[in-house]
Amino acid sequence: MKQSDTKRIKIMTGNEACAEAAIIAGMRFFAGYPITPSSEIAEILSKRLPEVGGVFIQMEDEIASMGALIGASLAGLKSMTATSGPGFSLMQENIGYASMAEVPVVVVNVQRGGPSTGLPTLPSQADVMQARWGTHGDHPVIAVSPATVQDAYEWTIKAFNFSEKYRVPAIILLDEIVAHLNEKVIVPDKNEIEIVNRFLTTDPPEKFIPYKPTESDIPPIAHYGTGYRFNVTGLSHDETGFPTNDPKKIDALYRRINRKIERYKNEIIAYKTEFIDDADICLVCYGSSARSAKRAMREARTMGIKVGLFQIFVLWPFPYQALSELSNHIKEFIVPEMNLGQIAHEVDCATRKESIKVNRVDGSPITPGEILEQIKNVSL
Amino acid sequence: MFPYKQYLRLDKFPHIWCTGCGCGIIMKAMLRAIDRAKIQKDDVAIVSGIGCSSRTPGYMDFNTLHTHHGRAITFATGLKLAKPKLKVIVVTGDGDATAIGGNHFIHAARRNLDLTVLLYNNHIYGMTGGQVSPTTPFGKKASTAPYGSAEPDFDISNLAVAAGASFVARSTCYHATQLDKLIEKALQKKGFSLIEVLSPCPTYYGRPNRLGNAVDMLKFYKENSIPVETARKLSEQERKGKITIGVIHDIERPEFCEEYQKLVDRVCEKKKPISNLLN
Repeated sequence: MKQSDTKRIKIMTGNEACAEAAIIAGMRFFAGYPITPSSEIAEILSKRLPEVGGVFIQMEDEIASMGALIGASLAGLKSMTATSGPGFSLMQENIGYASMAEVPVVVVNVQRGGPSTGLPTLPSQADVMQARWGTHGDHPVIAVSPATVQDAYEWTIKAFNFSEKYRVPAIILLDEIVAHLNEKVIVPDKNEIEIVNRFLTTDPPEKFIPYKPTESDIPPIAHYGTGYRFNVTGLSHDETGFPTNDPKKIDALYRRINRKIERYKNEIIAYKTEFIDDADICLVCYGSSARSAKRAMREARTMGIKVGLFQIFVLWPFPYQALSELSNHIKEFIVPEMNLGQIAHEVDCATRKESIKVNRVDGSPITPGEILEQIKNVSL
Repeated sequence: MFPYKQYLRLDKFPHIWCTGCGCGIIMKAMLRAIDRAKIQKDDVAIVSGIGCSSRTPGYMDFNTLHTHHGRAITFATGLKLAKPKLKVIVVTGDGDATAIGGNHFIHAARRNLDLTVLLYNNHIYGMTGGQVSPTTPFGKKASTAPYGSAEPDFDISNLAVAAGASFVARSTCYHATQLDKLIEKALQKKGFSLIEVLSPCPTYYGRPNRLGNAVDMLKFYKENSIPVETARKLSEQERKGKITIGVIHDIERPEFCEEYQKLVDRVCEKKKPISNLLN
């Protein structure tokens, strides 16, 4: 790093990084409801957004927060909310609306123990499946999983970019550990940050078709109040945006909105591997558990055990292909996660092997020692 | 003849409403009011929830947003705050606004956000087949109250007044000429305004309760409505069974968008209107 770059070194929490990065990404509308362990994001943004001329509003509940996000996004503002398990449950209704009506929105879910009120102040990674399948019906979503405060900063910006580019809800799955951890962040130089904005229609209002089939499968958007008078609905709709019961049109809609993710998955999927080429054992990890996994790998390597790491940054869409290829030379997959094996199930699907699960659901982080123990067990 | 056609999406007709439904009467009153208030079509957003009433915006040539059951006001809140220059009208029903959306309704009124809420009160869930609603009068029948409702009903207008609305009025589908004037007033009011419109549902409310056909139901409104001024002179006993119509409440209160803009202006050195952020 250059001398001049030292100014860009900050110490912040994951929640702070997320809030600051959102503003950098262009977020100018936040609606939320207080809930531990996410509340700092709302608190920070209640101060920061007015400073940049943005809107902060504390709504009456999480259902309302999601609704307000969609309204604001349709008027042209990049919008975000932040919550935790119980609030994330309430948001599912309108997350489905955003998927269906293709409204870009970003939802931060700082995971805590659940179900129900669960463990308000303690970490968990048990909402990963809810992030994928929480709302009803086949629907597209993107979910990212930062493991460090630096990740939280960078993946918040990327989540906005995904949401804008593909017109889908993007979910940032923080967990209580990353959210409350104070850590070094090197704030990227503004010129180095890629910011993606939604693709606006170039058609004149009289020719604008809100869900016009395009080669890209992503229809260009228009904003309310800019001379384009169109209809948006959560009902199955045709390309004009009006409700339809025509089976052909319904089929085309559902297939297209889901195809957006399938088609562009290679641009979205993100993971990192370490020491994987000669590895016999692979730790598949994400979020704060990846921190312990990395330490366990290093310790195992010093013992001469050939362990590699597969750290997932984008959980949905899931990197099935990459894991499937790894299964050719990896003998054992170990999946540490703070739930009872939600991502392990996907890993097993991809690798066609039964992974070894290291799980904790007691509100405590998984320690490197616990993972190392499993590594030693299988390497015997 | 009022030029309704210039405000309608004619290719979306025929509409889905039953014969004798009041929704069309209210929609036409809304169009006359918008026309008289001289608001351009591009500057009006109509946001609705789920139910018979909420299908109205689909037929109207404005910026239209058909949302989830009960959530219209939440979407409208985001839309209005993001683009304060838009005149945002919320079209909702008794179940939509006061059962599933009750929380949003009272909080938008409390904030005094500049929304015009047009609430069609037909005392029943029409779209789903006539189930009991929060405004089904005590003793009246519904598909989920076959022995008559055992619950008291909401007085929606009073609820809005208590929650902090700036402007509250009530009318009926019989009083169509009064209705458009009330809507016009509400559109011109800065702040949260509610117009509660009693609307006949001969199919699902009239039939099980033997209230006659649509004309009989409109006649009932005619014969049982009293102006606010008259109602105020009557005792509670004398007002029983009467529908109070007219402007119930009209006060000046700080409006939320304006208050928020003031806050932003205080915080920012440079004044930047909220709506211009992306321009």
